[in-house]
Amino acid sequence: MRVNNVMLYTITRVVAFIILSFSIYLFFAGHHNPGGGFIGGLMTAAALLLLYLSFDLKTIKQIIPFNYTWMIAIGLLLSLGTGVTSMLLGYPFLTQFFDYFDLPFLGETELATAVLFDMGIYLTVVGITLLSILTIGEDR
Amino acid sequence: MTLLHLAVLAPFLMAIVVPFLYRYLRQIHTGWFVLLLPVLLFAYFIQFLPSVANGESIMETMPWVPSLGINFTVYVDGLGLLFALLITGIGALVVLYSIYYLSKKTEALNNFYVYLLMFMGAMLGVVLADNLIVLYVFWELTSLASSLLIGYWFHREKSRYGAQKSMLITVFGGFAMLAGFSLLYVMAGTFSIRELIAQADVIAGHALFLPAMLLVLLGAFTKSAQFPFHIWLPDAMEAPTPVSAYLHSATMVKAGIYLVARLTPVFAGGAEWFWIVSGFGLFTLIWGSYSAIKQTDLKSILAFSTVSQLGLIMCLLGIGSSAVHFGYGSPESELYLIATLTAVFHLINHATFKGCLFMVVGIVDHETGTRDIRKLGGLMTFMPVTFTLAVVGSLSMAGLPPFNGFLSKEMFFTAVLRAAQLDIFNMETWGLLFPVIAWVASVFTFIYSMILLFKTFTGKYQPEKLDKKPHEAPVGMLVSPVILGSLVIILGFFPNVLSHTLLKPAMVSILPMLLETIDHFGVHIYMWHGFNAELMMTIGVVAAGAVLYRVMFKGESIYERLRQTDPLNHIYDSALAGLIKGSIAITRVQMTGLLRDYFAYMSVFMILLLGYATYRYQALAIDMESVAPISTYVWILAIVFILSTLSVPFINHRLTAIIAVGVIGYLLALLFVVFRAPDLALTQLLVETVMVVLFLLCFYHLPELRKESFKPIFKWTNVIISVAVGAIVTLIAFGSLAAGHHLNFEPISTYFIENSYTLAGGKNMVNVILVDFRGLDTVLEVLVLAIAALGVVTMVKLRMTGREDV
Repeated sequence: MRVNNVMLYTITRVVAFIILSFSIYLFFAGHHNPGGGFIGGLMTAAALLLLYLSFDLKTIKQIIPFNYTWMIAIGLLLSLGTGVTSMLLGYPFLTQFFDYFDLPFLGETELATAVLFDMGIYLTVVGITLLSILTIGEDR
Repeated sequence: MTLLHLAVLAPFLMAIVVPFLYRYLRQIHTGWFVLLLPVLLFAYFIQFLPSVANGESIMETMPWVPSLGINFTVYVDGLGLLFALLITGIGALVVLYSIYYLSKKTEALNNFYVYLLMFMGAMLGVVLADNLIVLYVFWELTSLASSLLIGYWFHREKSRYGAQKSMLITVFGGFAMLAGFSLLYVMAGTFSIRELIAQADVIAGHALFLPAMLLVLLGAFTKSAQFPFHIWLPDAMEAPTPVSAYLHSATMVKAGIYLVARLTPVFAGGAEWFWIVSGFGLFTLIWGSYSAIKQTDLKSILAFSTVSQLGLIMCLLGIGSSAVHFGYGSPESELYLIATLTAVFHLINHATFKGCLFMVVGIVDHETGTRDIRKLGGLMTFMPVTFTLAVVGSLSMAGLPPFNGFLSKEMFFTAVLRAAQLDIFNMETWGLLFPVIAWVASVFTFIYSMILLFKTFTGKYQPEKLDKKPHEAPVGMLVSPVILGSLVIILGFFPNVLSHTLLKPAMVSILPMLLETIDHFGVHIYMWHGFNAELMMTIGVVAAGAVLYRVMFKGESIYERLRQTDPLNHIYDSALAGLIKGSIAITRVQMTGLLRDYFAYMSVFMILLLGYATYRYQALAIDMESVAPISTYVWILAIVFILSTLSVPFINHRLTAIIAVGVIGYLLALLFVVFRAPDLALTQLLVETVMVVLFLLCFYHLPELRKESFKPIFKWTNVIISVAVGAIVTLIAFGSLAAGHHLNFEPISTYFIENSYTLAGGKNMVNVILVDFRGLDTVLEVLVLAIAALGVVTMVKLRMTGREDV
């Protein structure tokens, strides 16, 4: 018979979102504080893994219908794409740019292409971590 | 590209056409088309005779690899022309003979003539090339073509064996020769034989002189079947008889002779050259002639006879080189020139009578179906023409008048008698050996020539042992041996016809420094030279030979008392087998198939290499000045770190081991914290977590049977190796720390500290380096991870067994 882990389910629902929020914070903090795409990606993967561990694979797959292989591909394309864009503008491959903009609600904000690059890293890391662990986990 | 180059390359061009002729003109024997080429070439080379006889030489250069000094230079002088005429002349006769010998219905004639033409071109290249590298290329082509021809009937086991043997031995010598040529280049700075001869005194004084000479001689001796490399020649008799007649009596085996003669001006004059060339030649002479007596197969007799005669020529070249010692113009040097003259003369004579005899044997084989002299006998009445040819060839080989063999043999005796009177190179003590061995070898030569003649054509006719009813060969088959046989007689009666056209120019090529200035040096060979020691020796040879021949075939057959096989064959066979066995054994010892062993090899190699490098450059240094003060936290962490690491090998349970490794990972993260690397610490914590999860997943998936807890096999060698690896890495770390402090490098990090905010707009320097300054590394690392993940998917999902046809 199945044990009904009420405690685990309840805590997971709360904690998973806290971890997810923290991972997003880590991702955006990367430019000025400890953090970045790699750590953020791993943290997001950890939050999703917690979901997978608490609930069964099938349920989570319905809730989060991501194809992680696509995620890896999009991530790599994004990382390389920022590099190639700088080439199209006549700079060497992977030249990053940044500038300060006055945005509504946020005030003066620094926007950098490095964030897009990091986004690619983030997506790839999430994809590969979950892809490999789920593949091994699903394997009977 | 001149006409001369075209002449050398023509056989190769012809070889391309041959398969088409064979395919589309089946009704005509392919040999007829091929025959045109050597005849044309012979006529072409004949026209050089007048100019070469006047002492001129023709040289045409075509650049091949000019940057390395390798040019396809064709050089026609006396020696080259003599060989070119032999190659094309006998080549034409052999092709004519092969037309009747090989059936167009049953034989793969396209293969045969392609190989034969390839050989002819290669041989022309060897004798006409002035560049050593070009010579080497053609030299190896002759080895290749010869092997292909020996293995012509490749479905026979013995053909393949003979082809492999000749290939191994001649290519071995060829490589040695290439090394010798390279040394010559090192000494003289040129590959051209002309320029080498011009620098002979530079080479003679060089430290590499002796190695170069030995290596070049190794090449010459293997090709020319000198003792102990002669063993491939008897096995090469598995080739079709025209091939044996052409390659293994008249041309290829003389490539070594050619090389020795050609490089005599470079090397000769010293005791080493004299003794090696004449000593090996003399020993080969007697060994070959003695071995020939023991053979029952006609072609084997001729093979050993070829070995013996080549030894004779080699010995003469050695004796002739002593003339160089005396310098030009001295009366002594002229005394020893006779040896070189004899070598050249006998070279021609041997090509004529041996070619003739091989063709005779081929006819006998063709018409009776066997070459075994125990089955043959009494063929005189069936084959009168063949018998006559055999008489001419055998008596010439035995050295009897009035044939050309007699003249060269008398001159050979003169040369060895004069060699015995030499008072240089320790010849005063050993000199007497020369005429004695030469005389004994001549007796043997006489005996096997008589065996060849009498055992085949006289005695009792044994029709029950023969497959076919013997009859005279077709006329076409007889034309070539008849031409060669008449040459034997013509050269016997008129030996001086070639003196000025071929012999003298060839001698000038062999000993240019002696002869270029001598006008009055005349070549005169006489059939009758008076009652002298040489004539007495010949009479002695005939008498002793006749008596021994009588004694040998009295009562029990000689072949049951003597072992027919050469004992050196046994050495070769066991050496080859041992080589294979040894390599297998060595491979087995080291290629165990255990990854553990390979890992041990790599570690030991690393220890030895790094240890030696550290020792060699005295890189061991411990410099405590640059070490920062160590805090209490670090001490505690380090002790826990070491203790948990040491515990891992002693844990017998997988699960515990996995957790212990996880503990080490978290401790490492703590160390990062202490050393103020927050990004690293975060990453390390997360990666370690993911790794432990993966480990546990894998642990869960281990198969049932292997679920027992394991104890690492404790081996002292492993302990020693691992301790040594750790020690060497630690020492190198200390050494590089000290070196870094000593050399006072400025770290690159100052640049990043200064510029990370101004240039990249980020305050987290680590991240700025990762995504901005060194973004490429990051992209590629993520790519590595992606490939790893896809690899996991591939392995888990596809479950390949390794047998799929992908």
